Amino acid sequence: MLVEGNGILSMKLRKFLLFAPTALLLTPFFLAPLFVIGAESFSGKQGAFGEYVKVVTDPGIRTVLYNTFYVALMVTFFSLLIGYPIAYVLARLKGRWATIGIFLIFLPFWASTVIRSFAWMILLGRNGPVNSAMVGSGLIDEPIRFIDNGVGLMIAMTYIMVPFMVVPILNGLRAIDVNLPRAAAVLGANPWRQFLAVTLPLSMPSIAVGATIVFVTSLGFFVTPSLLGGNRTVVSILISEQANRLLNWPLASALAIVVLLLTIVVFALLRLSQVMSRRRGSARAGALA
Amino acid sequence: MLQMPRRSDTSAQNSSVGGAAVSIRALSKRYNGLDAVVPTSVEIESGDFFAIIGPSGSGKSTLLGMIAGYIDPTAGQIVIDGRDVVPEPIYRRNIGMVFQNYALFPHLTVAQNVAYPLKIRGVPKDEIARRVAESLGMVRLEAFAARLPSELSGGQQQRVALARASIYKPSILLMDEPLGALDKNLRDEMQEEIKRFQQEMGVTVIYVTHDQQEAAFLADRIAIMRDGAMTQIGSPRALYEHPNSRFVAEFLGEASIFPLKSVSAGRAGEARQAVLEGGTPIRIRTDAEAGPGSFACIRPERVTVGPKAKALDNAFAGTVRESLYTPGSIRYRVELDGTGLSLKIRVLPQADMEFYEAGSTVDIGWSADDMSLLKE
Repeated sequence: MLVEGNGILSMKLRKFLLFAPTALLLTPFFLAPLFVIGAESFSGKQGAFGEYVKVVTDPGIRTVLYNTFYVALMVTFFSLLIGYPIAYVLARLKGRWATIGIFLIFLPFWASTVIRSFAWMILLGRNGPVNSAMVGSGLIDEPIRFIDNGVGLMIAMTYIMVPFMVVPILNGLRAIDVNLPRAAAVLGANPWRQFLAVTLPLSMPSIAVGATIVFVTSLGFFVTPSLLGGNRTVVSILISEQANRLLNWPLASALAIVVLLLTIVVFALLRLSQVMSRRRGSARAGALA
Repeated sequence: MLQMPRRSDTSAQNSSVGGAAVSIRALSKRYNGLDAVVPTSVEIESGDFFAIIGPSGSGKSTLLGMIAGYIDPTAGQIVIDGRDVVPEPIYRRNIGMVFQNYALFPHLTVAQNVAYPLKIRGVPKDEIARRVAESLGMVRLEAFAARLPSELSGGQQQRVALARASIYKPSILLMDEPLGALDKNLRDEMQEEIKRFQQEMGVTVIYVTHDQQEAAFLADRIAIMRDGAMTQIGSPRALYEHPNSRFVAEFLGEASIFPLKSVSAGRAGEARQAVLEGGTPIRIRTDAEAGPGSFACIRPERVTVGPKAKALDNAFAGTVRESLYTPGSIRYRVELDGTGLSLKIRVLPQADMEFYEAGSTVDIGWSADDMSLLKE
């Protein structure tokens, strides 16, 4: 009995110990601050939920929230659109070329985000090289506005985020058994159908990982929107303004909590759609059989 | 897309005559100046079960890859049903293939895996459902249609792969070490299943393996590959009884092999006197020219042990060095007295048969007909 009890205890203990390093790191650096922010958000002058009411009802704040999620979503979409083909090509490279390819993907990280955002500000400016070239070549008559309307912001953010999309997808693609597309080919699938039947579905989990990283990181971008966002503010700038300049900590905290909740909702929906599609898949198979 | 239904029509015709004939003509593959497969030609008849065996690196998988279409040949032709398929992309060849690790699509169910080739060919849905059920029935997996491959055992996955590779009535069926991942008992069981399956389908099979027993059990004809070339092609019996080289004799079954010093001239069909390296005289029946660089070979079960041996063409006294009783056979290693030669012997145990312990002296012998002459 004693030995058995001991065994169970040690099992639980082992599980706990495995979790301990993460818990040790997350408790003081994530959960505790989150708790403080949560408490702060209910301490406004207009009662416990006053700040939340303001976040939901204030048209200005709602626009900023919408803008933030819209930008993050578009950046995720374009990063995938650009990142997937890059990852696909990299996955087919071998030996030295693969190393060089990955080195090139990470090369931009040698310069800080501030510098790269600033570079894009110059590149995309009214009199920047991009507009000069296009006007000079007669492609357009008037310089295109990139900076104020969010287009330049999305270009710069996509540029920064593409590597974060490439790496997980590259790993996902490399993990696919070479015999699988080969088997599809033998069974009669042309290269495009091989991709649709095998490569794409099997790289879906890595796409989800890449999209998650890019989306969440994009929600929190601060420097790039500050430089390229113009008057189209995102929520991180709004929070910083409320906390640092206006010292309205309850509203800043409420905003942070709302963003967190919205992010959770987005991922819950994503997860749900995955579960649903899997269920649909097996239902289809059942019907087929 | 329009070609698809037409192609399946032609393949339906193929199946009615029992699989396609394959003619490989001077097919070769060079990688970086090295010959993976030297120019190789072989005719495989319709409905044949053709096995390719050889050690790893002998070029057997490269050859199969070229037939399937995922390795481009350097030169040569692969003629299936009178049509050279080398210029055709892999997905137009209408070939079936079972991969070593099965290569089942892990995200699709068993039924979806098996249905996939039909779906690609634009077969109507109700026909797909009917044929999938039929095909899964043939491999006894009806109950597993809705499972994912990861939920099946190795043998079951193997059968799904077989069903998927054959449901579209491919012109030929390729198998690349399909039983390599299975344990011994399951392998024996699956061998019988594959044999039965091939006979029912009447399909031409090209089967790659490194397991000689598997090849001998399954195949009508075997090609033995060595250094990118087919060194000998024949029925399992022909290869075993008349190997043309030391390599083949050692690769297929067991053998005692001795280097020859000289062979006396003799009339055709008569046993001739020969001398082994070391000076031991033997008698061998062969019409072939032989001398230094040739070998004499005797299979372990062709050697007689005991008093009867004295009357045979080759009779020796020997000392048992090792003796081993295994289920179904007794194995000896016997040293021939005064020669330094050592012989592998296998005897079928029978009632009141004498069992010789290590150290005992015995008479052994064999007929001149049972010795074969080998090149290197």
